[in-house]
Amino acid sequence: MTDMSAIAPGSEDELAEVVRSATGPLWIKGGGTRGVVSPGTPVTTRGLSGITLYEPGALTLVAAAGTPMAEIETALAAEGQRLPFEPMDHRRLMGTAGDPTLGGVMAGNISGPRRIQSGAARDFALGVRFVDGTGQVIKNGGRVMKNVTGYDLVKLMCGAHGTLGVLTEVALKVLPIPETTQTLLLHGLTPRAAVQAMAAAMGTPYEVSGAAFYDGTVMLRLEGFEASVRYRLKRLQAALARFGADSTLCAGVDQWQAVRDVTAFAGAAGDVWRVSCRPSEGPELAERAGARAVIFDWAGGLLWLLCDAGDDLRARLGPYDGHATRLRFDGGAVPRFQPQAPAIDRLSAGLRQRFDPRGILNAGLMGGHG
Amino acid sequence: MEMPAPDQSVIDRKARIVARLAEVLPKDAVIHEEHETRAYECDALTAYRCPPLAVVLPATTQEVAHIMRICNHEGVPVVPRGSGTSLAGGALPTADCVILGVARMTQVLETDLENRTIRVQAGRTNLSVTGAVEAQGFFYAPDPSSQLACAIAGNIAMNSGGAHCLKYGVTTNNLMGVTVVMANGEVVNLGGAHLDSGGLDLLGLICGSEGQLGIVTEATLRILAKPEGARPVLIGFDDNETAGHCVSDIIKAGVLPVAIEFMDRLCIETSENFAQAGYPMCEALLIVEVEGSDSEIDAQLALIMDIARRHNPVELRESRSEAESTKIWLGRKAAFGAIGQISDYMCLDGTIPVSSLPLVLRRIGEMSQDYGLRVGNVFHAGDGNMHPLILYDANKPGDLERCEAFGADILRLCVEVGGCLTGEHGVGIEKRDLMGVQYGPQDLERQMQIKDVFDPAWLLNAAKVFPLAASDARRMAQGRMQQGAGQ
Repeated sequence: MTDMSAIAPGSEDELAEVVRSATGPLWIKGGGTRGVVSPGTPVTTRGLSGITLYEPGALTLVAAAGTPMAEIETALAAEGQRLPFEPMDHRRLMGTAGDPTLGGVMAGNISGPRRIQSGAARDFALGVRFVDGTGQVIKNGGRVMKNVTGYDLVKLMCGAHGTLGVLTEVALKVLPIPETTQTLLLHGLTPRAAVQAMAAAMGTPYEVSGAAFYDGTVMLRLEGFEASVRYRLKRLQAALARFGADSTLCAGVDQWQAVRDVTAFAGAAGDVWRVSCRPSEGPELAERAGARAVIFDWAGGLLWLLCDAGDDLRARLGPYDGHATRLRFDGGAVPRFQPQAPAIDRLSAGLRQRFDPRGILNAGLMGGHG
Repeated sequence: MEMPAPDQSVIDRKARIVARLAEVLPKDAVIHEEHETRAYECDALTAYRCPPLAVVLPATTQEVAHIMRICNHEGVPVVPRGSGTSLAGGALPTADCVILGVARMTQVLETDLENRTIRVQAGRTNLSVTGAVEAQGFFYAPDPSSQLACAIAGNIAMNSGGAHCLKYGVTTNNLMGVTVVMANGEVVNLGGAHLDSGGLDLLGLICGSEGQLGIVTEATLRILAKPEGARPVLIGFDDNETAGHCVSDIIKAGVLPVAIEFMDRLCIETSENFAQAGYPMCEALLIVEVEGSDSEIDAQLALIMDIARRHNPVELRESRSEAESTKIWLGRKAAFGAIGQISDYMCLDGTIPVSSLPLVLRRIGEMSQDYGLRVGNVFHAGDGNMHPLILYDANKPGDLERCEAFGADILRLCVEVGGCLTGEHGVGIEKRDLMGVQYGPQDLERQMQIKDVFDPAWLLNAAKVFPLAASDARRMAQGRMQQGAGQ
């Protein structure tokens, strides 16, 4: 879906000028696939595109923020590597078109099932360049694996949804694609038993790289060299025998793409919520939510909930260790992002005020006005 | 290394400040006699010393909050201190400061094996976090070499790494939540036993902020199931360059070792004389360790040795037992101490792209000739985190300064090839005045504005991280404010 009305700067300097000379709010967009809307003139990063450095032997890739994810994934695959944090493709769930971009993935800190083992998008970001709300170009981090030089604005920019600055370039750590992937399926479990089984699996040394539960079935993913995966599968099966579930094996990766992209809720009516919580509290939260359907990812620490349209899930859940994001909805007054404790709100507002004194960058997001 | 002049108006009020602190803390938790404060005059960067005004040793978050409210009200600078193992001068006091030491905050608050987290007071030592869950088969992954002594508080302040972070990441990748006391005494909880942030990633910002944004009093850490086993292989080469290529090939092959350590000839010889690990005398030595079951380890080591053989190693020694593993690691672990036996040294911490390893080692060798100071190289090769050890004589006038100038040149070189000033030790005072090499004025200004938000009066560890010239205006505004308040 090309947005003809969006400003599309062709360089970092042009983008800086657009921000500097802006007279009103700007809605910062990558590929526009995640259904995030903010008031103001749309500005897209798709004119800032291309991989600028890729050193497979150093596990490092640097690319402009508007680079399509498909281009990055293709380049990595050609060298037998990948982005370990397995970013979700929102298009099917959100019913959007267009090309997801690197900047969008990083700005949203978008991480998939492998997050529980490898880490989140923010854990693989080595460096950033961005244009702040005054139109200044700022850099932080670099392209090396370990860097504690000054404050970590790289983490801060990941998940800031473009409210502190517009990402123009990101340096990433990448990893090799393992030789084999196998999934152990445990059938016919209740959510409580499923989360216990997933906790038990994560508590083994067998390096489970995905633990999800949907529709009565637990999925546990093992990756690595063939012989090693075979060995760990056997041990894992033995360790989980006490749950008494029927188990089968599956060699494909499609089911993980379905978990990653929440395709089970694509096209289904209702709001989609994403709840981050302490894994063992997942089943109880899911019950309290009264949702039409639930997908448990991250061993129970990430709940995808399909709820009635307009339902205020946060009110139903009450207080718990975590937060809820209203990801897909048709309107209504319930905010997308979880309201935060007043002290955290003040710190966040202070940061936004310094990075974007005019309050023009994605002003409607993350507790912003509008 | 210059430190700002202390604020005389604070020093003049010492008696009152100490009295106020004594009101909110147990008697033995306030240290102010000169012969006692001297124990806190430096950290592991021992070349710089300055006894603080006073030292406080709180035991709870509440006590920290009381202390911060008093110091904020009195305009007293606060320097947080973990175990004092910083190599960068991160806990170096000023004469007008209160050292806030977390050494009494060592409790485990919650162990949650089901969710693979542990919540501890921040003064607990790194190794004793693992100690608390080891019997149940778990461990805390970041392993700085000072892990026996260093506190989680300091690990968080410096975003510490370790030898095994190639696989497990550094502190920030294993930190899930913190309780932090702000400069004004307010207590804030960030994150928790869940995996991502609901708003701006303030947790990620706190980690590595060198105690400048708040006092971390409690931390929720990710713990992992211990691997079934681990074994290294030792590989010796005739030259550094080949060792560098071998590292790159191992990484490309799809094996993910937990550690790839590198030592050069000076370190090999010195540690061999000291520890007798049976190392071959060669130009470069790699220790590559992998994890898993015995058969998994065998398979991975076989693959690594195949790669190594293509580079004509002069030595290839696979560990087949725990005793052999210990022996292979013995020399590496003894390297710093061994160098310390023969000379004073300064340990650097720059990180470079792995591909630049041969070039950087060659240039360091050339500079060593120019400066007339010897350098040993021992470092985490897998992630390019170098630890050049520059040998000097502390008793020889001018030697320390020459050593520091040499160190600065090495760090400039690291930045020039696409790397950074510090990979895991932090900036502290040591690299403070080099920050302009890596960052432009606008980059540093944005970082300092973050401190403005968290610590508007610039009371927390203020003379660190940023070049004094860059932070002068902010720190001086604070001095003027205090004088105004004192009148």
